[in-house]
Amino acid sequence: MNPNPAQNPAIGHNQQPKMTARGVNVFYGQKQAIKNVSIDVSSDHVTAFIGPSGCGKSTFLRCLNRMNDTVDSARVEGDIALDGQDIYAPQMDVVQLRARVGMVFQKPNPFPKSIYENVAYGPRLHGLARSKAEMDAIVESALRRAGLWDEVKDRLSESGTAMSGGQQQRLCIARAIAVDPEVILMDEPCSALDPIATARIEELIDELRGRYAIVIVTHNMQQAARVSQKTAFFHLGSLVEYDDTSTIFTNPRETRTKDYITGRYG
Amino acid sequence: MTALAAPLAERGPTDWTSTEMTQRIARRYRAERNFRRLGLLALLVAASFLAFLLFTIVRDGWTGFQRSEARLEVVFDPAVLGVDPAAVGRAGGDRLLATADYPALLLATAAQLGPAADTLSDAAWLDLRETLQADPTLLGQRATIWVPVRSSIDLLAKGKFDLSAPSDSRGVSDEEVADWRWLERENRLRTGFNGAFISGADSTEPELAGIGGAALGSLFTLAITIAIAFPLGVLSAVWLEEFAPRGWLADVIELSINNLAAVPSIIFGLLGLAFFLNIAGLPRSSPLVGGITLALMIMPVIVIAARVAIKSVPPSIRDAALGIGASPLQVVFHHVLPLALPGIMTGTIIGIARALGETAPLLLIGMRAFVTDVPQGVTQSATVLPMQVFLWSDDVQRGFVEKTSAAILILLVILIAMNSLAIYLRNRFERRW
Repeated sequence: MNPNPAQNPAIGHNQQPKMTARGVNVFYGQKQAIKNVSIDVSSDHVTAFIGPSGCGKSTFLRCLNRMNDTVDSARVEGDIALDGQDIYAPQMDVVQLRARVGMVFQKPNPFPKSIYENVAYGPRLHGLARSKAEMDAIVESALRRAGLWDEVKDRLSESGTAMSGGQQQRLCIARAIAVDPEVILMDEPCSALDPIATARIEELIDELRGRYAIVIVTHNMQQAARVSQKTAFFHLGSLVEYDDTSTIFTNPRETRTKDYITGRYG
Repeated sequence: MTALAAPLAERGPTDWTSTEMTQRIARRYRAERNFRRLGLLALLVAASFLAFLLFTIVRDGWTGFQRSEARLEVVFDPAVLGVDPAAVGRAGGDRLLATADYPALLLATAAQLGPAADTLSDAAWLDLRETLQADPTLLGQRATIWVPVRSSIDLLAKGKFDLSAPSDSRGVSDEEVADWRWLERENRLRTGFNGAFISGADSTEPELAGIGGAALGSLFTLAITIAIAFPLGVLSAVWLEEFAPRGWLADVIELSINNLAAVPSIIFGLLGLAFFLNIAGLPRSSPLVGGITLALMIMPVIVIAARVAIKSVPPSIRDAALGIGASPLQVVFHHVLPLALPGIMTGTIIGIARALGETAPLLLIGMRAFVTDVPQGVTQSATVLPMQVFLWSDDVQRGFVEKTSAAILILLVILIAMNSLAIYLRNRFERRW
């Protein structure tokens, strides 16, 4: 493998990265969406993927928990590993992988079930609770960690779809962390929310940092600057630059990065 | 027009109050008004057709639920019945009562009707037997019993004949009219609700014919249809929507299913005749074969409805479930199917309603048989409601006219009930997100 010199996958790591990607190419039919991307994701950081629309940042994110498998025409090449274990290996169970690498989507998508059932669904699938009391405890701690407990503790049986957009998205985060994942992927989690709800989610991301490896895709550069410690800039399917967030925003190495950061395009 | 074609900058400001503009607005209003009137007219025409249909059916049909009976003072004389009173209380007494000579008793009793003695229905002795079987202590006693009269007397009592018409063209003989007048004068005739019509099976005599056998036949047939078509249709739809690889094969299957839904029903009847009766050797005229044949007919309808319902479940729900580690099968059974179920059920009920009204394929597998017993199971000979309508409408006897309309009324009531259920289910379980 011959990594792009502009990419520096292992910058500043003094510990084993949680997820590693090496030479990843993604094709949709004939069209190449991701070109030779190599990157490391660490547990103690929030990593932001930024870039103009259609640059492949969401596509790459969906490779990390194999959500691209559901797209018939998608084909993924290269190596992606979770704790050094190849996630595209035949012996990797994709269902378990998605429990370990959780995902929060662009549009809040709670199940049309009760708030309790939304959170309890994942633990029930994977048999994480042996009793009703244990399940109650899991649901409560997940809702607490998502900062939603105080708002919903008296109406756990109400429908998850009846809440406000911001609450729905925090419910989706609670649902993801209820199965105790190691990595949480967030695909533009605030793009459908108002500024106050967005601020609440950003706070939450900050609180979750360190406990989970968090990767967030965003088209909002301020958001990337606020919540992340590492930032990766994607352009036309390539990883242009990956560095500390402060470096990317104040002293980028690449002209393309600088032009994007300063709003020249995108 | 040249002014409009000119570049914007060279044109003067648009005059919104010019005559041309005013006329254009007036034309638009007129068109909208006319369109609304046209729509209302179409609705009125449709509604009046429906009202006419309902009116004529109800007018002809409501008397079908009634029947006229004549009063008889019966003495259950053991000698006439040929029954030993001492034997009735012992073992086998029931059988004795069942096989006694009731026709002879009826013949002896009918004499009290004088000139109208021959107006009783041929099967009136059955009522005598029923009465005695229900209460054996009546043996040797006197009782007042109402027994059905012949259809012509029944129709006279209901005023179905125009008596002012000349006797050779009014469809009923002078003798019958005289008999009817005598019964009315002697106060021996009453017209009331016909329970036997609801519970009984077909008969050659209009006053004895019932719709119960056909209704039960329809019920058995539909039970078989649902049991086969629903699981097959839903599973096919799930596989096609969620698991089938996209490609030319899926396109061919989709095309075939859409075509299958449009195949004339008589062809399914031919298939049922050729395969289920001649090759598989299943019992002819039975609800089992009818149900399987109709299941094949409505399965494409269920598949299409279920696919639409499954397709309308938002992909974000599938993503959400997959994203926390649900397997594709769990996604389908925990999320997609429950959310699609109202739509699937609506489609299924509409399919079932179509099966309920279907006649053509059942003609070919022998369900037009004349069946005088209420079916006891799915392998016995039976007929179904629309077939009964068809058979009665074809009958030469005048008494079947009102029976036909009454049967149509029952069929319509069941259809309306099923469609209402479909609408209720859709509104009740529809989820929004």
